[in-house]
Amino acid sequence: MSPGVIQALVLRHLYLYRRNPIRLVELLFWPIMEMMVWGNLSVWLDKSKGGAQIPTFIPYLIGGVILWDVLFRAQQAVAISFLEDVWTKNLVNILVAPVRPLEYVISGCIVGLLRIGVTVIVLSILAASAFHFNVLQFHWNLVPFFGLLMLFGWTLGLISSALILRWGQGAESLAWAVPFLIQPVAAVYYPIGDLPWWAQTLGWLLPCTPVFEGMRGVLSHGTADLRLLGLSVVSNLVWMAFGAGIYLYVLNAGRRNGTLTRVTSH
Amino acid sequence: MAGVIIVTGSPGKPAADADADCLWNAIARPRGPVTDHGMSEPVLVVDRLHRMFGESVALENLSFSLSRGEVVGLLGANGAGKTTAMSIILGLTTATSGSVSIFGMDPLKNRIAVLRRTNYASAYTDLPGNLSVAQNLRVFAGIYGVKKPVPKIHELLEMLEIAHLKDRTTGHLSAGESTRLHLCKALLNDPELLLLDEPTASLDPDIADKVRKILRRIQQERGIAILYTSHNMRDIEEVCDRVIFMHQGKVVTEGSPAQVISRFNETSMEDVFIRIVRDGDLEAVGK
Repeated sequence: MSPGVIQALVLRHLYLYRRNPIRLVELLFWPIMEMMVWGNLSVWLDKSKGGAQIPTFIPYLIGGVILWDVLFRAQQAVAISFLEDVWTKNLVNILVAPVRPLEYVISGCIVGLLRIGVTVIVLSILAASAFHFNVLQFHWNLVPFFGLLMLFGWTLGLISSALILRWGQGAESLAWAVPFLIQPVAAVYYPIGDLPWWAQTLGWLLPCTPVFEGMRGVLSHGTADLRLLGLSVVSNLVWMAFGAGIYLYVLNAGRRNGTLTRVTSH
Repeated sequence: MAGVIIVTGSPGKPAADADADCLWNAIARPRGPVTDHGMSEPVLVVDRLHRMFGESVALENLSFSLSRGEVVGLLGANGAGKTTAMSIILGLTTATSGSVSIFGMDPLKNRIAVLRRTNYASAYTDLPGNLSVAQNLRVFAGIYGVKKPVPKIHELLEMLEIAHLKDRTTGHLSAGESTRLHLCKALLNDPELLLLDEPTASLDPDIADKVRKILRRIQQERGIAILYTSHNMRDIEEVCDRVIFMHQGKVVTEGSPAQVISRFNETSMEDVFIRIVRDGDLEAVGK
């Protein structure tokens, strides 16, 4: 693996932000909008409950928004980096250059890491100032939470890229749709125990569900259940192997059946 | 064998007739390059390449070799199999049967080693339009591991006469400027094998002429082996040492442009091209 190649591929995306600052606005606009909507909703719910002994909604919803954004941004970075090369007809230049698939994917992950850094910092400041939610209350749990969600986001990005590679630009809406396909069963904003049994079964198959459950555990009683984090690690490894396998399979099948040239030339 | 054109299934002869092929190939030996760059060493060897897409044959028994310092044109109408051949050589698609060897290596097994010494430019690909010319070249210099990217980029931009455009957004370049940028990118790593897919398509005659002259100069100075596809017969006559005419996936004829023109009793490559495309069959040779 060549660090120089990865650095060059990351540089390509950094140049995009430098040349087009409007992209930075896009990077922050949607997370901020989502934070405002969920934040205001949870404030209203808190006010509406009167003196009832039910927990406050704000930390659960705001925590869910921030952690979901980590997963979503990671997925988007890998999938959109790939789509950028399809849109600009640059993919063929990459495929015929000395770039290993792993180097290409790692560069997307690094771009994702940078994007997540920016959005999480901005969201955390907004959450603290507007809704009195301190993301640092998760303490060191933040590290595995963020890490595990990023890993799963990257895997989803890889799977999205494989789908585009297989079906061409017609499948590009999947780059946005894939995370939302799992969101209802991932227990982002509500406990998984409140879902029907079949949705719970699907939810526990995802590496992100134990993280969101763990987040609620920290908010409720101050500690994260290590078994949940362990489950997420194992699940992430399985999903990563599946994602990498499907990506390489589609890439090689595309070479065999000629679909790769169609994707790269349209 | 070095520098000899290997054509399996040459016009009018059975593919298995190896001796006859050798004789025919010896006659059809290309005119050499102007300079000595170790012509004897084959850079690219394509051996009985066959590609099916479902029931249809895209490429049938294509064999040829390309030596250091040689420019070979792969010609034919749309659907002749040129792009399929180039895609197989580049590793974008695989052959149903047959093999490709680049620098003596199997490019599928030694992809990175081969691609470090190879480059590609096409009229049908783009570099990211939202980056500047210099930024795009810096990115690809990094990808190809160019040691001193800044002077290299400057040298290439000067050579291709687009140094004044280095800060221009790539998407705002004209077709001619964009083609020259693609050539800059293709020359960044001082490739030993350069694959050019219709590099002068959509260029006006003035710019096309400049690009041809630049290509010829680069090829002579650096001894690059170039595989060139084009519909522009002027390109082919000026740039190529040897041409391989394809029709419906098969090699119809090959040789130097002058040999091919005389074989068909025509006056230009364009007339040969039209005749092959309209007559279409292998028997066209020698009519």
